[in-house]
Amino acid sequence: MAVTGIFLVFFLIAHMLGNLKVFAGDSSFNGYAHWLRDVGKPLLPGVWFLWFMRIGLVVAAVGHIWAATVLALRARAARPVRYAHRKKVRGSYAARTMRWGGVIILFFVIYHLLDLTTGHLNPVGDPSRPYANVVATFAPDRWYVTLFYTLAVVTLGFHLRHGVFSALRSLGQQTPRGEQRAKAVALVFSVALVAGYLVVPFAVLTGLVS
Amino acid sequence: MNLTLRIWRQSGPADKGRMVTYQVEDVSPDMSFLEMLDVLNERLILAGEEPVAFDHDCREGICGMCGLMINGNAHGPQRGTTACQLHMRQFKDGDTIDIEPWRARAFPVIKDLVVNRNAFDKIIAAGGYITAPTGSAPEAHSVPVAKANADAAFESAACIGCGACVAACPNGSGMLFTAAKVTQLGLLPQGQPERYTRVIGMLDAHDEAGFGGCTNAGECTAVCPKGIPLSTIGRLNRDYLAATTTKRPDSPTA
Repeated sequence: MAVTGIFLVFFLIAHMLGNLKVFAGDSSFNGYAHWLRDVGKPLLPGVWFLWFMRIGLVVAAVGHIWAATVLALRARAARPVRYAHRKKVRGSYAARTMRWGGVIILFFVIYHLLDLTTGHLNPVGDPSRPYANVVATFAPDRWYVTLFYTLAVVTLGFHLRHGVFSALRSLGQQTPRGEQRAKAVALVFSVALVAGYLVVPFAVLTGLVS
Repeated sequence: MNLTLRIWRQSGPADKGRMVTYQVEDVSPDMSFLEMLDVLNERLILAGEEPVAFDHDCREGICGMCGLMINGNAHGPQRGTTACQLHMRQFKDGDTIDIEPWRARAFPVIKDLVVNRNAFDKIIAAGGYITAPTGSAPEAHSVPVAKANADAAFESAACIGCGACVAACPNGSGMLFTAAKVTQLGLLPQGQPERYTRVIGMLDAHDEAGFGGCTNAGECTAVCPKGIPLSTIGRLNRDYLAATTTKRPDSPTA
């Protein structure tokens, strides 16, 4: 759970920084997207690097989901008779919503790939013009796309709020003071990441990027 | 105070069990929660009915015997107290209170609100001890212990094994209990010889007993009457990592 999660977190950071290129303009963003296909040239032919990353991400995501499923099944088996009256949360809200949050994020990722990677659900859907695709998908009259995107990213924020702390704990963070620090790091990181992802659709929505 | 109680009644391990509603009148706010149940039981006995079975012993929060899920809170709404230390002034006249046993596969119900916590004994038997010559107590100053370690070990040693951590855990995990013992013994010099075989043995016993896995949700530490910190689980994780990644002369062979 922790190891695959950390790998995915590194991807999220890189992806967010790449997204922010949208503020540098049409050609810069498109240039970055095309560069991603050419990384490693001439050591690696064509899009090999990209496919290495994609395979790595799929392995990490599947491993993450597999570990979560094992934990969820064990949890179900560990409490065969449910409580009639159950207080929702006395600990952490983020921790209690990890499983459903993860499912929401999975659905979002599938939609997101169909929208901005393959272009099937995108009004422009031209793989050679990613900037145009982004502007088209977050157009003001497609507000529901932006709404779904926002919900998914906020869910991701909650997921990371607990996930980052929990990963550090699983890998041996062990003092009470370190726990305060780990929780603070998780919170600041999550807020920063959510903000970094949300500025793009809202910039398109407000016409800052067009 | 007049209260409506909805209590889990189950005549034995094979019975399916159900919530039964009772009215209790003239409850003093100064009564403890268990005294309120005593009042109900006296009335049931006088009426020729079966009294509600519940666990209790010291009634001062140190034995770990009592344990009730009160309105979905392990040991009731007050933090840092056991059910026996909970006073009825925490409730209002006319309240409806749901009382259930700990729910976990590893804690099967024996009767009504009494569960079998033998699984905890199995975890302790798998490593929650030190090997030391018995006899008269040794001179306390002969083995130096750093103050910070002594404090953290003592904090974990406060665990009374009541099982509230398991009851509150969304995963039905007994990790806080296991980690408290691993932390207590792992921080003291006397616990070092078995440090790494202990963590593996206790975790295996934990998993075998049918407890769930830990997801660091923190519900356990919120309800723990002794306030065992969640960071003990980090100590367990670190000892487990060290035990499973480094080969030692005493490493158990899988």
